[in-house]
Amino acid sequence: MSAYQWHWGVIFEPVPDTGEFYYQWLLSGLGWTLTTALAAWCIALLVGTLVGVARTVPNRLVSGLATAYVELFRNIPLIVQMFLWFFVLPEFLPAAVGNWVKQDMPLPAFSTAVMALGIYTAARIAEQVRTGILTLSRGQKNAGLAMGLTLWQTYRYVLLPVAFRVITPPLTSEFMNIFKNSAVALVIGLTELTFQMRQITGEYAPANPIEVMTITSVLYLLVAFSANRLMAWLERKTRIPGTIGGGQS
Amino acid sequence: MNFDMGAITPSLGFLMQGLRYSVQLTLVATAVGIGFGTLLALARLSPLRWLNLAAAGYVNLFRSVPLVLVIFWFYLLVPLLMGVQVGAERSAYLTFAIFESAYFCEIIRAGIQSIGRGQVSAGLAMGFTYGQNMRYVILPQAFRNVVPLLLMQVIILFQDTSLVYVVGATDLLGAASKVANRDNSLVEMYVAVAVIYFVISFVLSRLVKRLHSRIAIVR
Repeated sequence: MSAYQWHWGVIFEPVPDTGEFYYQWLLSGLGWTLTTALAAWCIALLVGTLVGVARTVPNRLVSGLATAYVELFRNIPLIVQMFLWFFVLPEFLPAAVGNWVKQDMPLPAFSTAVMALGIYTAARIAEQVRTGILTLSRGQKNAGLAMGLTLWQTYRYVLLPVAFRVITPPLTSEFMNIFKNSAVALVIGLTELTFQMRQITGEYAPANPIEVMTITSVLYLLVAFSANRLMAWLERKTRIPGTIGGGQS
Repeated sequence: MNFDMGAITPSLGFLMQGLRYSVQLTLVATAVGIGFGTLLALARLSPLRWLNLAAAGYVNLFRSVPLVLVIFWFYLLVPLLMGVQVGAERSAYLTFAIFESAYFCEIIRAGIQSIGRGQVSAGLAMGFTYGQNMRYVILPQAFRNVVPLLLMQVIILFQDTSLVYVVGATDLLGAASKVANRDNSLVEMYVAVAVIYFVISFVLSRLVKRLHSRIAIVR
């Protein structure tokens, strides 16, 4: 350890033979991390809400399918799911589609990562949406239906607006998780932050891995902190007056 | 698309070796994680401010960075600090023990916080020291309350061990991917691995749910 030469300026040095600097690689990686996580979050929220609602509807077939979805995607590790989407799925598609996915699909690593991460996170969000709906008293749903709202309207105007506020804290940790989980996509070649760090410490600046990894970790901490603050702000904005968490007004 | 079961059977032994490592890693990380996690939880609830802050810093640090990144950290640091190459498999034991402690800590802390304040006072009034009070009054109840959560975390941990693939360790996924690349049987191998992970995690999580409902009735 004593022989280690500290050099924090390493990230401001140019990458040999490229005309770029190491810090540009890290920033580009950070950009991909954020883009992938946010795009996957949109899919996860949409699909997760649908599946979570489906688990609570009074229809055995629908709720059974939704339960199967959740169990399937929660019990296979994310990294294995990435491989399944990337290497296995194209083989099971019709030949023309499969070939398009393998050869011509734009940004293959990014598209696959967004898909895999979104579908995976959706299963976890679905569980929370379901829990949120189940915490509401049964009277809420009956009241909605008695008012003449359709089942869909009852969910849209009565149940979900409250359920989402109830589950904001667990959604916050899920939102923070999705940025961390996006690092798994490095295994299918997505050039996100950890990938870039690995590339820099592995092939280019092997003498100063600790500095590069520390800076990378700090970037992740900043992302986690920002995500947390954003959700805390959202929680304050949307809280329901009169509840324990809701304050006076 | 043709799915060739014959591509899997000759390598089953190798896959099971990998699975054995995954399970060992899970068990070691669980044992150390719960032990160290309990200490961290006590530290987080301690009235000593510095201890409190140190434990909170530890937990929040590890809960804010991706596990993949932490695996790379230890893969690099352990040889640097110890001066010898220990290999991906061994450094992963340390990685998971340290990383998972942070998660176990939060579960155990929630368990301790769910115990009524009167229990602490009662124990102290009986003349128990802090240590005795924790050992005989608080922790047994706290653990009982969070057993299902701890077990669910073990299942998550088991799935997370697949990430040691990134440093080339031969866990279940690592073994499968080595075979897949050697025999060019990506489809068969990854499907097989997914099925194995699914069956184990699904069955275990069902068992935990049953246990949970039984405990819930007792309370």
